[in-house]
Amino acid sequence: MKGLRDLFTALAAVILGLLAGAVLMLAIGANPLEGFSYLFRGGLMNIERIGNTLATATTLTLTGLAMAFAFRTGLFSIGAPGQMLMGGLVATVIGLSLHLPKWEMLTVILLAAMIAGSIWGFIPGYLKARFNVHEVVSTIMLNWIAYWTVYYVIPAHFKANLETESARIPDYASLKVPWLTEMFKGSFINLGVFAAIVAAVVISIILNKTVLGYELKAVGFNRTAAEFAGINVPMNMALSLGISGALAGLAGATFYVGYAVNMQIGVMPSQGMDAIAVALLGANSPLGVVLAALFFGVLHSGKGFMNAMTGIPPEIGDTIIAIIIYFAATSVLFTRLFDGLRARFRRGQ
Amino acid sequence: MWDIVSHIFPYAIAFTVPLLAAALGGFFSERSGVVNIGLEGLMVIGNFVCAVTISKLQPSMGQGAIWLGLAMAAAAGLAFSLLHAFASISLCANQVISGTAINMVASALTVFLARTMTGSGNVRITLGFVPFDVPVLCKIPVIGPLVFTKSYATTWLVLAILAISWFVVYKTRFGLRLRACGEHPQTADAAGVNVYRMRYAGVLISGALAGLAGAAILVTFSGEFNGTVAGLGFLAMAALIFGNWKPLGILGATFFFGFAATLANVSQVVPELSKIPGLVLKAFPYVVTILALVLFSKTTQAPKADGEIYEAGKR
Amino acid sequence: MDYIVEMLSITKRFPGILANDDISIRLRKGEILALLGENGAGKSTLMSILFGLYKADSGTIRLRGKEVHVSNPNVAGELGIGMVHQHFKLVQNFTVTENIVLGLEPIKGLVVDLKSAARRIKELSETYGLNVDPYAKIEDITVGMQQRVEILKMLYRNAEVLIFDEPTGVLTPQEIDDLMAIMRNLIGEGKSILLITHKLKEIKAIADRCTVIRRGKVIGTVDVADTDEAKMAEMMVGRAVSFSVDKAPRESGEVVLDISGLNVLSGRKTQAVKDLSLQVRYGEILGLAGVDGNGQTELVEALTGLRKTQSGTIRLKGVDVTHATVRARILSGMAHIPEDRQRRGLVLDYSMEDNLVLEVYGLPPFSHGGFLDRKAIRAHADKLMEDFDVRAGEGSLAVARSLSGGNQQKAIVGREIDHDPDVLIAVQPTRGLDVGSIEYIHKRLVEQRDRGKAVLLVSLELDEIMDLSDRIAVMSHGSIVGIVDPKSVTEADVGLMMTGVSREIAKKGEDK
Repeated sequence: MKGLRDLFTALAAVILGLLAGAVLMLAIGANPLEGFSYLFRGGLMNIERIGNTLATATTLTLTGLAMAFAFRTGLFSIGAPGQMLMGGLVATVIGLSLHLPKWEMLTVILLAAMIAGSIWGFIPGYLKARFNVHEVVSTIMLNWIAYWTVYYVIPAHFKANLETESARIPDYASLKVPWLTEMFKGSFINLGVFAAIVAAVVISIILNKTVLGYELKAVGFNRTAAEFAGINVPMNMALSLGISGALAGLAGATFYVGYAVNMQIGVMPSQGMDAIAVALLGANSPLGVVLAALFFGVLHSGKGFMNAMTGIPPEIGDTIIAIIIYFAATSVLFTRLFDGLRARFRRGQ
Repeated sequence: MWDIVSHIFPYAIAFTVPLLAAALGGFFSERSGVVNIGLEGLMVIGNFVCAVTISKLQPSMGQGAIWLGLAMAAAAGLAFSLLHAFASISLCANQVISGTAINMVASALTVFLARTMTGSGNVRITLGFVPFDVPVLCKIPVIGPLVFTKSYATTWLVLAILAISWFVVYKTRFGLRLRACGEHPQTADAAGVNVYRMRYAGVLISGALAGLAGAAILVTFSGEFNGTVAGLGFLAMAALIFGNWKPLGILGATFFFGFAATLANVSQVVPELSKIPGLVLKAFPYVVTILALVLFSKTTQAPKADGEIYEAGKR
Repeated sequence: MDYIVEMLSITKRFPGILANDDISIRLRKGEILALLGENGAGKSTLMSILFGLYKADSGTIRLRGKEVHVSNPNVAGELGIGMVHQHFKLVQNFTVTENIVLGLEPIKGLVVDLKSAARRIKELSETYGLNVDPYAKIEDITVGMQQRVEILKMLYRNAEVLIFDEPTGVLTPQEIDDLMAIMRNLIGEGKSILLITHKLKEIKAIADRCTVIRRGKVIGTVDVADTDEAKMAEMMVGRAVSFSVDKAPRESGEVVLDISGLNVLSGRKTQAVKDLSLQVRYGEILGLAGVDGNGQTELVEALTGLRKTQSGTIRLKGVDVTHATVRARILSGMAHIPEDRQRRGLVLDYSMEDNLVLEVYGLPPFSHGGFLDRKAIRAHADKLMEDFDVRAGEGSLAVARSLSGGNQQKAIVGREIDHDPDVLIAVQPTRGLDVGSIEYIHKRLVEQRDRGKAVLLVSLELDEIMDLSDRIAVMSHGSIVGIVDPKSVTEADVGLMMTGVSREIAKKGEDK
């Protein structure tokens, strides 16, 4: 029943967000039907575009999982962008400095990215546990610290020709593999997609079937009772954000050495903030996150096509996503509506 | 050494002022019991609206366009914060999520609109406040060159707002009721105070002040809208915590952050500072914020019901 | 008949519960009318309607014969109705004056005129013998004084009808006497009082008439002078109630919990527990009596590992556990029924089966190698819920939030007893429960003692302590003032000790 209600709420938020998008399109003089048609076709029209959608969804799934995990354990970490950057930075640095056969290379890169992200998540977790520092502010501060770190480190040591991006990642360090790229006719798809699926499954198992999951959720629902039960609350908080950070770090790797071929400076990855939408829409459940990520993947992949064909600014994609979150946040309205409909349905039977 | 300080001071003050305005906004909101994470987004809205107003009205209104821009920015911030107020007060949504939604909608929407206007997503203005020296006062030794030279009109505006805020919150009927809503809304309710209305007031005021803050950035040192305020809204929140939710504390905290951030920005101009690696300077304000939070989060006295959803009829 | 307040045919529904079912009550001018009912009977709801906090679904309210609509507390105030709530509605870091004038602030220009308000408050305080400092901050004054601030709030607004909602729960026996004197004062000055309570003794002491409410309905109204406690109890509960617990005398055994020289700081950095020493033995129920706020909370937190100690030792079965973790103490044989069942005792959003393994989920058979064993957890929950009569719509899958307070508490008691602890620390185990649940839990606690285990019973209800305990330790200002045998002291004696006074009395009834 909870699953059905969450789905209803999510759909309601999505529909309202799309409607708002339609209103915006009208406001600037464009045709919403045309706009949406190109938007969705841009993401699904042919196998290459589907590949791009999957590739975008990969990163979003991982950051969404990171957010959902943190939210489930009661922490409003907004640190995915910074954790992505650190994961991506480490992945790029290793990719440009180490030379090993591909499989070893990728293992090292992914592990290192996860560790980097995990550290970047552990810090606010520890600060919260030990010093009661509000994780919203601390994670955002760390985002900016990561941003500037990338800004200075890449041009100083890892650039090629341009001041604003790193050198190109060699093939043996990239998550792209020939057979996938061929299957999807040259899109951005990469091995990250499998990492994302595995991660979703693992997180689901942790949350639902393990002792650790029991503890983390208890802390998230009721810190005082968790303390009473003998759970080590500070350690759980730090661990939770550490795991969340590892996921986001992994997302960074899939983006910067998977989707992309190099790392650009001066950009705060939007997947970090979109992750909040993905997690909310997916009701903080791994399956929900995957579905929401796919939906947003379509939006992101399609907005360029829509822009090219209709002139509607691509930011509309971001705007729609943001509006969806707003409606998802006010979901209380929808849950009441759902309960009301269900009651009426039952009475009618 | 003194040269550097007196050189930097006016810039530090200019940087502090938007922070102060936004933090005061947060002050009103949290004193009424609503956490407003959306300060960042509201500043972006104010920044955008002010830029558009000025660029459109400058040819016809000249200097007046700036003041109108500030007013419009405050109005826009107020209107936009209605979304947050409605979601978190009337619909009892989670205040952190609602605030984050505001941030995201604000940045996406403004860039979207900017692109339709200018094609590039940025809105440049060529008219801003000109720094001036306050007559007479700028001649006072020591404080004169520090505080009264190269100041902006917005500085004095915001300081006036600070004084008024202190008076309103601590001396008037409205302020007493507002604080009661933030400390123990059940008591306020039983005393006949409309908690919902008070909290709406708190959030709307925060929206207006944050909008004003965003505009202040534009007309003093930034000069263009580019979709973001680089985390200043969150710095303002940290200043609120650091300042222990009291106006004087907020003044001190925001100035501290302002000074730290300015060090980074003026490093190119000041020879001694340009020796420090860019990363350290740029990251400095953020690191300092974290340190401040570490030191002060344990002993803070947040309004007791801050962030708690209030439903009338719940005992 | 001269009725000042009449509430006629009041009905009020909340989701899932009919709180007031066609209730009618009438208050005469100048009388004290008690509203008697169990926890959850509907008395507080009824008075909240009178005070304008809730709106009745149907029915009328008459004031001095004229129909009125009390739409909010302000209107109630204008009509002369005031209420002292069970949970004080006071802003902790405001002063007494600021709290009293909130909503009715006198103005001088733009500024609130606190000085003139304070002056008026001082006058009122003196007239009625309330002894309150207008400039003190609420967080700095005693609970008894806070209650007097609530009374002043009503008097400041010229209330004629004063409603008291369970006023004595937080007071010492002496303060209760003081309150009764104040109430007689108020009646003397022409006020009328509605007293909500479930304490029969107090009704006998001060009320003129008593209306009994059960499950949302009025059972009847009696003259207090002509009705004895047993009759009123029977009306309240619906059957004959036995007041004493069946308890055979028992030899107590060795010391199982040895507390020595314990010092604990409170959250506000005051000395909550001062050099406290106490021993609990096998086969006994040791009652810890005391007024709320004298360090009991901090003592229990220190014993269970939820709070750090400054100095002193705690030995459990001879082993020093002063610095042991919460978990270690649980595993060593200490169980805890917490004061606040919803904040500490349960994760309300978890299912009952998850809650019933709250401390032991990490141990076999409930988990193996880090993975939970759902079947074992479910079987355990089913058994516990049956053994301890925990009623829930969806059985062990029910979300804890959906259970009634009584059933939640029974589940917690069941869970803790199921650990078969050597020491069971039970804090306010029957707070807010109906008589049936109270009887049930008392029985299980006595059972624990009869099986040779130890129970440390911490309660603010002196009746409960006197009924159940083999020995009573009285705590005041962070230390043990004395240890007495319940059979040889009166409640008044214990009450005196609770204020920290009289070592003499302690010596008189002292039992080793």
